[in-house]
Amino acid sequence: MDRRHSRSRSLWRKGVNALMLIWCGLAMVVAIIPLLWILGHVFLMGLPALSWSFFTALPTPVGVPGGGIANALVGSAITVGVGLVLATPVGVLAAYYAAAHPNRPLGLALRFGTDVLSGVPSIVMGIFVYTLIVLPQRHFSALAGGVVLAFIMLPTIVRSTEEMLRLVPPTLREASAALGAPEWRTFLAVVLPAAGNGVLTGLLLAVARAAGEAAPMLFTAFGNPFMSTALDRPIATLPHTIFVYTISPYADWQAKAWATALVLIGLVLSLNVASRILSWWRAHRLGSVTS
Amino acid sequence: MPQNRSRKSPVEESRTLSVVRQLWRHGDRFFQGLVVLAALAVPALVVAIGYVLWNGSALSRRAFGWAFLYTARWDPAIDRIFGALPFIEGTLVTSLLALLVAVPISIGVGIFLAELAPPWLRRPAGFLMELLAAVPSVIYGLWGLFVFIPAVVRPLGEWLSAHLGFLPIFAGPVFGPSRLAAALVLAIMVSPTIAAFSRDVFQAIPQSQREAALALGATRWEMISQVLVPYGLSGLLGAVILGLGRALGETMAVTMVIGNNLDLSASLLHPGYTMASVIANEFTEATYDLYLQALVEVGLVLFATTLLLHIFARLLIWGVARRIPQESRV
Repeated sequence: MDRRHSRSRSLWRKGVNALMLIWCGLAMVVAIIPLLWILGHVFLMGLPALSWSFFTALPTPVGVPGGGIANALVGSAITVGVGLVLATPVGVLAAYYAAAHPNRPLGLALRFGTDVLSGVPSIVMGIFVYTLIVLPQRHFSALAGGVVLAFIMLPTIVRSTEEMLRLVPPTLREASAALGAPEWRTFLAVVLPAAGNGVLTGLLLAVARAAGEAAPMLFTAFGNPFMSTALDRPIATLPHTIFVYTISPYADWQAKAWATALVLIGLVLSLNVASRILSWWRAHRLGSVTS
Repeated sequence: MPQNRSRKSPVEESRTLSVVRQLWRHGDRFFQGLVVLAALAVPALVVAIGYVLWNGSALSRRAFGWAFLYTARWDPAIDRIFGALPFIEGTLVTSLLALLVAVPISIGVGIFLAELAPPWLRRPAGFLMELLAAVPSVIYGLWGLFVFIPAVVRPLGEWLSAHLGFLPIFAGPVFGPSRLAAALVLAIMVSPTIAAFSRDVFQAIPQSQREAALALGATRWEMISQVLVPYGLSGLLGAVILGLGRALGETMAVTMVIGNNLDLSASLLHPGYTMASVIANEFTEATYDLYLQALVEVGLVLFATTLLLHIFARLLIWGVARRIPQESRV
C-alpha cells in the first residue's frame, strides 16, 4: 500500500467516523423533538381552557359554556386507587420471592411471567377483564377498570421492587434473624423500610403508567358523563375523556381535550419526575452512609 | 355473670395466648405461603389470559378455523363472515414501517447515550427519553391527529405521491389519517423503548473490548460498528423486537390517526385498520356472540404474537447477559 493510498484511506475513515458520530448526535436531537413539540403544543392549547372551574365542574352538553372534568379526575383517582390497592401487596410479595429465590423454578417462572405481562397489550388485558368481570355482571364498572389497571401495574411493581430488595444489604436481614425475629417481622420491620423509598419509586412509575391508559377503559370503566364514586357503576377517567373529546366533531370539546391532556400530562410527568428525585435522593443518602 | 367470666378468663386468656403463640410460631409458614401465592399469581395470570381468550373465541374458531387468519372479509352486518386479514396486514405494515424509521434513530440514540455523550449530559438526556416513553398513548393520538398529520404527514404524503406516485405503495389520493401517519406516530412511540434497551446493551459490554479496538488504531465509529455492535448484536435484536412488540399492541394513538378503514389497499397513504384498533372500535358494538368472539379471537392473535415475540426477545437478551461475566461489566 503506497503512502498516498493510505492517506486517502485514513481521510476516508476519519470522514466516516465524523459523519456517523454526528448522525448519533443528530438522532438524539431528532428523538427529543417530538417530546418538546407535544409538551409545547399541549401547553399552548390547554392552558387557555384551564380554570379553577375546569377542575371542579362536571361536563356540560355541547354548546353550553363552562364545564369541566371533575368526574374524570375522581374516576381516575378511584380506578388507579383500586388498582394500586390490589396490585401492591401481590407485587411486593412476589418481588420478595423473586429477590430471595431467583433460581428456583417458580422464581424463573415469575420473572418470565413478569416480562410477558409487561408486554401484553393493554387492550388485550381489557378483553380479559371484560370477560372476567363485566360479562358476568352484565354492566361496566369502576371495579373492572381498577382491576385492569392492577394487572397493568403489577409487572412494573414486581420488577422495580425486586431490584430495590436486592439492594438491601444481607447483613441487615441476618442481624434481624440473629435477634430472633421471624422472617415476616424481618420483612415488615427491616427489609421493607430499608427498601421503602425505592419501592415507592416503583409505585409512582406504575401509577403514572396506569393513569394514562385509555384503551382497556373503553370496555371496562366505559366512561360516565356524571359524577360517580360507586365501584359497581361505569366511571369516567382522564385518558378516556381525552379520547371521547378528541374524536368528537365539536371544536368546544376538542379544546377541552387539550385542556384535559394538559392535566394528564402534568400529572404523569410530575409522577415521573418525583420518582426520579426520590431515587436520586435515595442514592445520595445511601452513598453518604456507605462512604 | 361477672363471676362466671372471671372464673373462665384464665382459661380463655391462655387459649387466646396460645392462638397468638401458634400464629407467632407459624407466622413464617403463613408468610411464606402468602409469598409463594403472590409469586404464583403472576405466571398464573399470563396463563389465565391465554385461557380466557382461547375459551372466549371458541365459536369463532370453530366457525372459521385457520381461514380466520387469511380471509380478507370482515362483514358483521350482512353475511356475518369474519376474517382478520385486513387487521393483521395493517398491524404488520404499520409496525414494520415504524421500525424502519425508528431503528436507525433509536440505535443512534443508544450509542450516543452509552458511548458518546459527555457524562454530564447522559442522565438528563436519558431522562428526556424516559419522559417520551411516559407520555400517554391517547395524548400521542390527540397530537398526531390535530398537529402531526397536518404539519408533517399530509405534506410528506403529497410529496411522496407527486414524486413516487408510480409506486403502488405511494399511490394517491392523499388522506390525512393513514397508515403512514400511524407508522410515523408509532415510530416516535417505540423509539424510547429501543433506545433504552440498546443503551443498556452497549453499557453491558466490557471496557476491554473498547480498549482493544482503540489500541489497534480503530476510529471511534470503527470501534462501535466493528466491535461493539457485533458483540451486542443479539441484545440489539432483542431491543428491536421489544419495540416491535410495543408497536403491535399499541391501541389508542393508532386508532386515532389510522382512519379505521377496511379497504385493502397497497398504498401507505390510504387509511387502514389494525388488530388493536378494531378491538377498540367495535368491541362495545358487537351485538351478537359470534361477532364478539371474533373480536376476542383478534385479541388472541395479538396476545399470541406478542407472547412469541417476547419469548424470542428475552432469550436473545438473556443470551447476551449470560455471556458477559458479571465482574467485567462497566
